[in-house]
Amino acid sequence: MMTNSSDSRSIQSYIKPRTMRPTVFWRLAEDIPKPLSTGLMIASIALPLLIWWLVTTLGHIDPKFLPSPGKVLEAFGRLWSTRELLKDTVASLWRVGVGFLLAALLSTPVGVFMGSFPSIRALFEPIFGLMRYMPAPAFIPLLILYLGIGEEPKITLIFIGVFFFNSLMVMDTVKFVPKDLIEATYMLGGTRKEALTQVILPHVLPGILDACRINLAAAWQLVIVSELIAATEGLGRRISVAGRFLRTDEIFVGLIVIGVIGLSFDLLFQYLLRLTCSWASQKR
Amino acid sequence: MFLQIDQLNKHFTSSKGNLVVLKDINMTIAQGEFICAVGASGSGKSTLLRQIAGLDRPTSGQVRIDGIPVTAPGPDRGMVFQHYTLFPWMSVQDNTEFGLKLQGVPKRQRREQASYYLSVVGLSGFAKSLPKELSGGMKQRVAIARALASEPKVLLMDEPFGALDVHTKESMHEFMIDLWQRTGITVFMITHDVEEAVFLSNRIYALGARPGTVRKILTINLPDRSHKIKRNSVFHDYRDELMDLLRKHGQEATATLAA
Repeated sequence: MMTNSSDSRSIQSYIKPRTMRPTVFWRLAEDIPKPLSTGLMIASIALPLLIWWLVTTLGHIDPKFLPSPGKVLEAFGRLWSTRELLKDTVASLWRVGVGFLLAALLSTPVGVFMGSFPSIRALFEPIFGLMRYMPAPAFIPLLILYLGIGEEPKITLIFIGVFFFNSLMVMDTVKFVPKDLIEATYMLGGTRKEALTQVILPHVLPGILDACRINLAAAWQLVIVSELIAATEGLGRRISVAGRFLRTDEIFVGLIVIGVIGLSFDLLFQYLLRLTCSWASQKR
Repeated sequence: MFLQIDQLNKHFTSSKGNLVVLKDINMTIAQGEFICAVGASGSGKSTLLRQIAGLDRPTSGQVRIDGIPVTAPGPDRGMVFQHYTLFPWMSVQDNTEFGLKLQGVPKRQRREQASYYLSVVGLSGFAKSLPKELSGGMKQRVAIARALASEPKVLLMDEPFGALDVHTKESMHEFMIDLWQRTGITVFMITHDVEEAVFLSNRIYALGARPGTVRKILTINLPDRSHKIKRNSVFHDYRDELMDLLRKHGQEATATLAA
C-alpha cells in the first residue's frame, strides 16, 4: 500500500524532479567534439608558452632568473652548433637504452613466470615488493663504492629502478588473463607450455608494452639523476653545469630536450601498441 | 555405454570443514543423446561438468568416455564455456583452427576442417573477423565450431546461452537442435533454465542441491522441436513437473540450511 504524503516517514518531499543542463565542456566521461579536443590540446602547450613569453617581455625579469623563449632558443642554437647538445643527448640516450633494455628483457620473462606460476610468485614477490620501495637513487653511494664512477653505476641505477617495478607490473597483467581461456586451451588439447606461449603471452603483450612505456619514463628520470653525481657528458650533467655557471637559458634547453625525447618515446610505444595489438583496443 | 559416470563424489575441504558438493552421481549416456543436467545454484552442476571435462578430479568415482577413464582435459571432449572464451587476438578462422593446430594437424587440412565447421554454424562470412566484432550469439557459435573442429566424442556445454538475450537464446536453441540432428553428436549440457532443458534434451537429469544428487531422470518425448512446441501442453507438462521438482528440493535444501 502507498503511504500517505503526510506520513512522517515519507521521503517524497526530498525527491524532486530534476533537469540536467546540456553541456559540452563539462561532459562527464563522454566524448567531446573533435575540434574542441584538438583546440584544447594545442592550448595545453601554447598557453604556457604564451604566458612565459608575456612574462619575460612585459615584466622586468632578470634573464639569469627566467630567460625569455627567444634566449632559450638562442642557447639551443649555440649548444647545437658546437655539437655539445648532440653529444649530451646521445650519452643520456645510450645509458637509458642499455639500462632499460637489459631491465625490460630480464623483467618481462620473470614477470610472466611470476604471474603464471604461483610457486615462482611466492619465491620472488616478497623480495621484489621490498626492493621496489627502496628508491633507486638511494643505491647511488653503494653503486659508486662497488662500480666506480664510469658508465656501469649509471646503467645499474637505471636497471634497479626499472627491473623490480616492471617485473611486478608484468606479473599483474598476467594475473588478469581469464582462467577460462587457459582451461579452453587445455580442452582443445594444449599443454601447459602451449597455454603459456600461445595464449598467455599474446594476451599479455599489450600489458607488457604498457608497463614498459610507463617504466621508460622512470628510466629517463634516473639517467638525469645519475648524471648529476658524476659524468662528463649527458643532459643531466649539462643542467647541473649550467646551474653552476648561472646559465639559466641552458637549463631550460636541457629540460625541454629531456621532455620532448621522453614524450616521443611515449608516443612511439603507444603507436607500437596500436600497431601490434589492435584487438585489445575497445574503440577505433 | 558411451558416457558413463560411476559413483562420483566430490568434496571440497576448506577451513570450515568438509563440504560435499556431489554425492553418488551415476549417469549412463548413450551415443547421440542430448542430455541436460538441470539444477538450481548449489546443485554442483558446474562441478559435475568440470569432472567430466577433466579440469578437476573427483574425490571418488569415475567418468568414462567410450570406456576410457577421464584423467585430464582433452580434445575428445569439446567444451563450450559459459563466458566467451574465444582468443581475442585470433580471427574467427584461427580460433576455430586452434585446437587442430595444437594437435599438429597440417595447415591445409586444418583450414578445410575449420572452414567446414564454420559453415556448419553459419559463420563462413565472418572467418576473418575478430571476436570483438561479433555479437554474443555469434561468439558462442564460433566457440561451438571450435569445439566441434576437433571432432570430439561429446560436446560439453556449461550454461552456454546464459548471457544471451531472450531472442538470441531462442534462435540458438533452434540452431542447437538443428546442429544435433545434422551431426549426431552427443551433447551434455548443464543449465538452470528449465524450458531450455525441456526444449533441447531427449533426457534430463534433475539435480537436487546441497549436496548435488540426481533426483530424477526424465525422458522427453516432444512431437516436434520448433519454437512453437513451447506453447504445447506436452511441453508445459514437462516444464511444470521439473519446476515442481526443483522447487521442492530447493525448499528442502533451504530447510536443511536453516536447521
